[in-house]
Amino acid sequence: MPVMELSASQDRAFFEAVCAKSGQDLLRCYQCGNCTAGCPMQPYYDLAAHQVMRLVQTGQRKAALTCSSLWLCAGCGQCSARCPNQLDVALILETLRHMARRAGYNPQPRVAQFSRAFLKSVHSHGRVFELGLLLRYKLASGRLLDDADLAPRLLKVGKLHLTPTSTPGQAEVAAIFRRYEQGAGS
Amino acid sequence: MSAALAYYPGCSQTASAREYDLSTRACCQTLGVELNDVPDWTCCGSTPAHATDHALAAALAARNLAQAMDTGASNLATPCPSCLLALRTAQSRCENEGFKGRVEVLLGRPATLSIRTRSILQVLMEDLGLEALAEKAVRPLKGLRVASYYGCLMTRPVGLMAFEDPDNPTAMDRLFLALGAEAAPFALKTECCGAALGVPRKEAVLELSGRILAAAEESGANVLAVACPLCQMNLDLRREQIEGYTGQRSTLPVLYFTQLLGLALGLPEEALGLGLHNVGTRPVLDILRRTWASEDVG
Repeated sequence: MPVMELSASQDRAFFEAVCAKSGQDLLRCYQCGNCTAGCPMQPYYDLAAHQVMRLVQTGQRKAALTCSSLWLCAGCGQCSARCPNQLDVALILETLRHMARRAGYNPQPRVAQFSRAFLKSVHSHGRVFELGLLLRYKLASGRLLDDADLAPRLLKVGKLHLTPTSTPGQAEVAAIFRRYEQGAGS
Repeated sequence: MSAALAYYPGCSQTASAREYDLSTRACCQTLGVELNDVPDWTCCGSTPAHATDHALAAALAARNLAQAMDTGASNLATPCPSCLLALRTAQSRCENEGFKGRVEVLLGRPATLSIRTRSILQVLMEDLGLEALAEKAVRPLKGLRVASYYGCLMTRPVGLMAFEDPDNPTAMDRLFLALGAEAAPFALKTECCGAALGVPRKEAVLELSGRILAAAEESGANVLAVACPLCQMNLDLRREQIEGYTGQRSTLPVLYFTQLLGLALGLPEEALGLGLHNVGTRPVLDILRRTWASEDVG
């Protein structure tokens, strides 16, 4: 386990911002590790969930916001369900991910590319167009052959739609994205 | 069932999970549960929106709740747990007036979101109940040993979903028992399949889904029942990928609970989309046909 000199990089404002944005009192975390014990993605994390909680408590802004774990959380909610102090750990990780994105940290580019491709699909069509989403992700990530084996299986059972369904609600959805991108509602 | 339900299908149910939508509609029709599609519904935003910005996510979800409420409906149901989570998260967060204000700016209209939102499973269990469902079953599911896999979001986040025991939900198990099947003891019923990381971090999904599949096989189940389109996709469509990763072959079919319910209700297999799976559903039908032939039903 890496040893960190905490005092030099302590950022009290960061700790307070995470508490305020998530609505969670992170001082309640007493490092029992239940969140980590129940986390299905733990083997893929660079920092365990309880370690991220500790970094926030000690105001370690950069170490917390640059870790990959924020992006690899599958959102299953097991950590929050098992926290003996009723901390919503998953929500704290998600809050950190929002902060990391705004700060320009992107240690798991493929996850971010997939998210963006998904939202772009919703923006363009009002609903998710699966084939368009995958093609957009492939182009952005360069992972052209990923899941190519699934296409013929989907085609076989008539599930691979080659064109998006158009829905009149698309205009309203596009307006939501436009206002969001213009900074409204923030 | 008295009042009609506003029905929010969700994007997956129009494409990769078409059979979930088909079988949900077919079961509800047979059971006398009236579903009225939310007019001109759009995507709930799902995980990518939530992972990006809470107000954006809430606005995308809230639009659908507002569309449903415009019809005068007071109850909404969706088959998809991820859609339900998005809708309920929007409702819960908008209880904060400041947040609601931000959502209304994005939405461009008032966010009135007081409609009651539930999953199809919850509606069937609560509004009809096991006894009524069993009564409508004309063909028993005898011979099937079902491992019921609930996934993460049927029961979590605990306070928001407020559905059954978060570690040991039993709704589907009880349903299948009432329909004449056996319920296999299945330890991983609420473990995560890896969810949407299947595309960007496939190895994680193959590991996690592989474990679920192996545990279902070990339970002696001859069918795995699911209630989530993403779980179904990972366990069914990615089967060859899982086999390649784990080295374990498995022909265990993965059916939506609505498909099994539909079979018990006497619905034809085409109406339930049983031909739309990657892993063939034939073994399930063969077992049931033998049962029905010996009991002279179906």
